[in-house]
Amino acid sequence: MGVRRRTGGFYLRVNPILCDGFGHCHELAPELVNMDEWGYPIIEKEPTPLSELAALESARYAVRGCPRQALRIERVSEA
Amino acid sequence: MLAHELPRLLFGTPGNPLTLAQHKATFASTFNAESLLGELEASGLTGRGGAAFPTARKARLLREQRGHHKVVVVNAMEGEPVSYKDSTLLSTNPHLVLDGAAILASIIGANHVIVCVSRDNPTAVGHVQRALDERQRGGSKGPEFNLETAPWRYVAGEESALVHWLNDNESLPQYRPQRPDILKLSHRSVLLDNVETCANVGLIGRYGAAWFRTLGTRTSPGSVLVTLTGAVERPKVLEVAPGMTLRTVLNVADADPDPQALLLGGYGGSWLDGALLDTPYDNESLAPLGASVGAGIVVVLGRQGCGVVETQRVVKWMANESARQCGPCAFGLPALSEDLAELSTGSRNSTKALQRLEQRCGVIEGRGACHHPDGVVRLVRSALRVFAEDFKSHSRGTPCLGSRSKKYFVAVPRLEHESELIWV
Ligand code: SF4
Ligand code: SF4
Repeated sequence: MGVRRRTGGFYLRVNPILCDGFGHCHELAPELVNMDEWGYPIIEKEPTPLSELAALESARYAVRGCPRQALRIERVSEA
Repeated sequence: MLAHELPRLLFGTPGNPLTLAQHKATFASTFNAESLLGELEASGLTGRGGAAFPTARKARLLREQRGHHKVVVVNAMEGEPVSYKDSTLLSTNPHLVLDGAAILASIIGANHVIVCVSRDNPTAVGHVQRALDERQRGGSKGPEFNLETAPWRYVAGEESALVHWLNDNESLPQYRPQRPDILKLSHRSVLLDNVETCANVGLIGRYGAAWFRTLGTRTSPGSVLVTLTGAVERPKVLEVAPGMTLRTVLNVADADPDPQALLLGGYGGSWLDGALLDTPYDNESLAPLGASVGAGIVVVLGRQGCGVVETQRVVKWMANESARQCGPCAFGLPALSEDLAELSTGSRNSTKALQRLEQRCGVIEGRGACHHPDGVVRLVRSALRVFAEDFKSHSRGTPCLGSRSKKYFVAVPRLEHESELIWV
């Protein structure tokens, strides 16, 4: 226990239908989420390596903080 | 029926559909069920609704789905406002479409076929109804058929929107992050194909893949239906073999032989420079030019027209047709329309509008639940490419003559709730 190899990466994905542009995700995960001029999130298109712990942590915050529960983390084996 | 000759799909007289008896006399009887999927795969038929996805691959995916309850949905919504190839087909050979749907049903193991026709097209609804009644009276074997009439919207023909309408009476596209994704109609897996695709399946089921491939190219075999409008003598639905040059296609319909540009594919399609008329009309040749056959629409833009104004009119309408579920689509498309409006009049802000337009295209692309905004972005980008000179002169405040002539080539439906629009 304890040692987990962190290979692969993750995407943060938004369901555009649910998202209402509250912008919390941009505040919680600024390294992954930008805002467009209408206040909707533009999310990093490339997967982020899981080894970037801080980014993963903020992605989790964003997922929990989204008032519409529109965000999801999707893991991929390749980073 | 002769192999090398057109028409195949439009064999008969539009407006005077073949009755079931005539249909049976005209077309040979159906193949045996075993080889049907094999034939379909060998035929290389691609979907005719716009995306050109291989029909056999979709059918195989559905065939491999577990469970006994599956449905075939025939999509005759014809969302593109200028297109009427699907209704022409239904008013010529409705039974060919129904045969194709029955074949697809037998391939995937479905016992139910739903034909969806837009209720704003009563003629097509009538033809389908009559054909279905005839079949029922004839007591023909095969799946159970139903006719459904959904209200017409641009996005109503999008597959998830259509299935959602059948489920819940709401023509709204759904968010589907996983592709390929199997749509469900009250827990039954759905195979959704365009009418023209079904009619082709009906022909392949009879005459086989080798026959089917005698027309068209290796990658786009068979024949395709094309709606030709704009600077033409008379708007028309044609059946053409892919691989013909665009010039030949235009000649058949007595179109303007020296157009400024062509709008290919539909409102979410692309502009093609009028100097490229010798390009073969098939996806393989059009792809490097950023265009595609799409839903088989060709709008001819004459020299008197203005590409900037036409694009603006289309984008404005498309913005209004957004289902307004996703921010980037609901706000982005009106923003594009606004920028184009500035440019089309050559107003003071148009230099800025031109820069913003390119940047906004990049921001909007790929961020909707469906591909509606992507189609608009494709159209705007192709306009920026093809009408680059015009855009430049418009942005300098000197719009071309065409933009003041008020002569329009692309037919855009009147906006229904114009007063409710919050943008230009
Ligand atoms: S927090 Fe949720 S609702 Fe708000 S902008 Fe981000 S994804 Fe959209
Ligand atoms: S992208 Fe536009 S048309 Fe498609 S679901 Fe979202 S709002 Fe509706």
